[in-house]
Amino acid sequence: MNRLMSSIQSLTTTRTPIEVSGIRKLFFSQEMVLFLCIIFLLVFVGLINPRFVSNRNLISLFLGNAYIAVAAIGMSMVIISGNIDISVGSLIGVLATVSGILAESGYPIIISWIAPLLLGILVNGVMGVLVAYLRIPSIVVSLGFMSILKGGLIIFTGGAWISNLPEGYALSQLKPFAIPMPIYFMVILTILAALWMKVSPFGRTIYAVGGNSEAARLSGIDPKSTVLRIFLIHGFFVGIASVLFSTQLSVIQSTVPSYLELTIITASVVGGVSILGGTGTVVGSTLAAVLIATISSSMIFINISPFWLRSAQGVLILATVLADLYRRRRQFRN
Amino acid sequence: MSFFIELRNISKTFPGVRALHNVSFDLQQGEVHALVGENGAGKSTLIKILSGVYSPDDAGGIIIDGEQHDLRNPHEAQLVGIATIYQELLLLPELTVAENIFLGHAPKTRWGIIDWASMHSKSREILQSIDAGDINVRTLVGTLSVGNRQRVEIAKALSQQARVLIMDEPTAALSESDVNRLFDMINLLKNKGVAIIFISHRLHEVFELAERVTVLRDGEFVATKKVVDTEQNELISMMVGRKLDTLYPSTERVSGPVVLELKDFKRPPFTNSINFKICAGEIVGLAGLVGSGRSELAQAIFGITPATGGVLEKNGEAITIPNPETAKHFKIAYVPEDRAQQGLIRRMTVRENSSLALIRDISPHGIIDREKEEQLTKEIIEQFNIRTTGNEQVVENLSGGNQQKVVLGKWLATKPEVLIMDEPTRGIDVGAKAEIHKLMDQLASEGIAILMISSELPEVLGMSDRILVMREGNIVAEFQSKVATQEIVAAAMMGVSQ
Repeated sequence: MNRLMSSIQSLTTTRTPIEVSGIRKLFFSQEMVLFLCIIFLLVFVGLINPRFVSNRNLISLFLGNAYIAVAAIGMSMVIISGNIDISVGSLIGVLATVSGILAESGYPIIISWIAPLLLGILVNGVMGVLVAYLRIPSIVVSLGFMSILKGGLIIFTGGAWISNLPEGYALSQLKPFAIPMPIYFMVILTILAALWMKVSPFGRTIYAVGGNSEAARLSGIDPKSTVLRIFLIHGFFVGIASVLFSTQLSVIQSTVPSYLELTIITASVVGGVSILGGTGTVVGSTLAAVLIATISSSMIFINISPFWLRSAQGVLILATVLADLYRRRRQFRN
Repeated sequence: MSFFIELRNISKTFPGVRALHNVSFDLQQGEVHALVGENGAGKSTLIKILSGVYSPDDAGGIIIDGEQHDLRNPHEAQLVGIATIYQELLLLPELTVAENIFLGHAPKTRWGIIDWASMHSKSREILQSIDAGDINVRTLVGTLSVGNRQRVEIAKALSQQARVLIMDEPTAALSESDVNRLFDMINLLKNKGVAIIFISHRLHEVFELAERVTVLRDGEFVATKKVVDTEQNELISMMVGRKLDTLYPSTERVSGPVVLELKDFKRPPFTNSINFKICAGEIVGLAGLVGSGRSELAQAIFGITPATGGVLEKNGEAITIPNPETAKHFKIAYVPEDRAQQGLIRRMTVRENSSLALIRDISPHGIIDREKEEQLTKEIIEQFNIRTTGNEQVVENLSGGNQQKVVLGKWLATKPEVLIMDEPTRGIDVGAKAEIHKLMDQLASEGIAILMISSELPEVLGMSDRILVMREGNIVAEFQSKVATQEIVAAAMMGVSQ
């Protein structure tokens, strides 16, 4: 937790649109609010049902949702650049199946882990070209891809499950210091991506293109290649997410949780990424993914029907947007 | 004498900011009352109070026809006959002229449906009454020129029986001939008894049009004067609270070798066969009406819309510029006309905007050198005297003049040899304007070649060493600024022989 805390402090909040003193700014940042919400939930539900905060439950909570946080990293970059990708859920399903089939057919495990990354980069590269160079709105491109991938997957697998997975395939079985591998992926990738967004010129370029593509272009930045590269990077993260997803259970279903893409987009938006582009951080989106997971797990522990989860997510989105609106209005007034 | 509208000791405080303090203002029937002041002086707040957008701190200070009114929302202001025409026109481009004029109060038949015939004829009538009968009431507003849209907006105000018309910088986006037409229209309205509050940064317009002028500074009332009793320099010093050295500095400069030369440079249909040179340390003014191809020429040089033919020589070598990135590489900088849309990333900080054009150069090993970035920003803020709370202020919150300085600073940080500036002082206040002029003069003295596009002839004449005039995509005249006058440049712009 300490590590998470310090990473929050160092990586976030430069883009809060209000100019207030450092501490207040940190306190009011989306990331801090999310962090406090998570802590509050853990304490609150933990008091009602202590098993909620047991190591085992916390690990399974993080483990089951690490892939959502990882996918939300790429998604956040896409949204910050002023685009969107609603095909991500279907792509995760396809890549997970590809990975499973490769592993099942006896290819080296490492290949079944790497192939989805390459395929993810390839598929999103095609989307990126369509969006950046042919100027087709990303929502349309990804809507098309969503249907193609979803339909293709069902035709290809006939809905069958993959269960003959070889020994050593499941990443979640690797547990350095008793913590499963996917959680390391989530934390390390978030920190690396956040650092990279903050200190690399390309990271700055993403914000610039999302903030005002024309002004970025006139400053000598090439928005087209920027957008294409963002999609390629997004593809890489989707690839990793799909491997984390496919290796968490001993079977791979040919379906992904329904509305997976919406959960990922929700994580980005609730994490403080402006749906209009130009602002947000990946630390926020990861925290939001964790918060959503915590909420859903809390419901089980305090006996609320899990069907309420979707409503809770909806409330979260609206609350985030309203808070953002309020902040902006206050800034406008000043 | 009975005042039509009077504001008594109006104050308006926003959290942490006192936008207006004890300001008094009055308006008589049939007068044009100009409101001047630097950006941030409180003009916008004052007109927003009059148009019901903001409520003043204390009620009771607004007196209309001898009665106290609280204008609690724009609708109440409309009811007493106050209409505001904002800088960004608020028309719906997908609706017709008539639909826009009668938006929200369309005449209805007794069946309760829109009476199109009467709406069209009434629209036509109103447009004719302001000498704009040439606008077809059935065309879509989106297809009209800026000048015509403004006329529609005025007609819309009149259709609501406006007795007071507030115009916020109506001339900022207009070409010379449209400005003249607007002035005729304003005089016409005045004679009909409509009172007009006129905000403009162009002081000569104030003298041409207004009876009285009120000066605001830092939210305080400075003075109300009859224009016949004052003069430009007095207004300026009242606005800035200090004496301006001069709006147009005139350092004697010696220009150096030719830096940029265009030979048969073209990008049809906007610019045909352009030939000219520009030397180091020279300011060349590019004059022309809107649509003459001047901005398009600048955009072709900078690679925004790359040229399709001809030769561009930089320091004697032929180069091709397919995009702004390449232009930057060849040490050409471009300060665009539209700061908000093209110059800045508004939600980014001063620091992030300042370093944007140089972001790769200050990132050795692929990591932004934060120290260098902070330093660069600090230097820009100091050199350009940018009034900001610091490197981390979001540029959106800066005034227009300070925003423009950030754009300029961003480009000068690239150490350009050629600086193209499209309308460098449009919409910014007179104090910042003088500062930017001074900077331009200084930059030219340091050897930068400046190509300046401007719609303001005094600026073109005051700043340039040489003036090029464009019309219909061609350069039609060239003057040394010493011998040029506004009249001959304007005549060349419009193609009238003297």
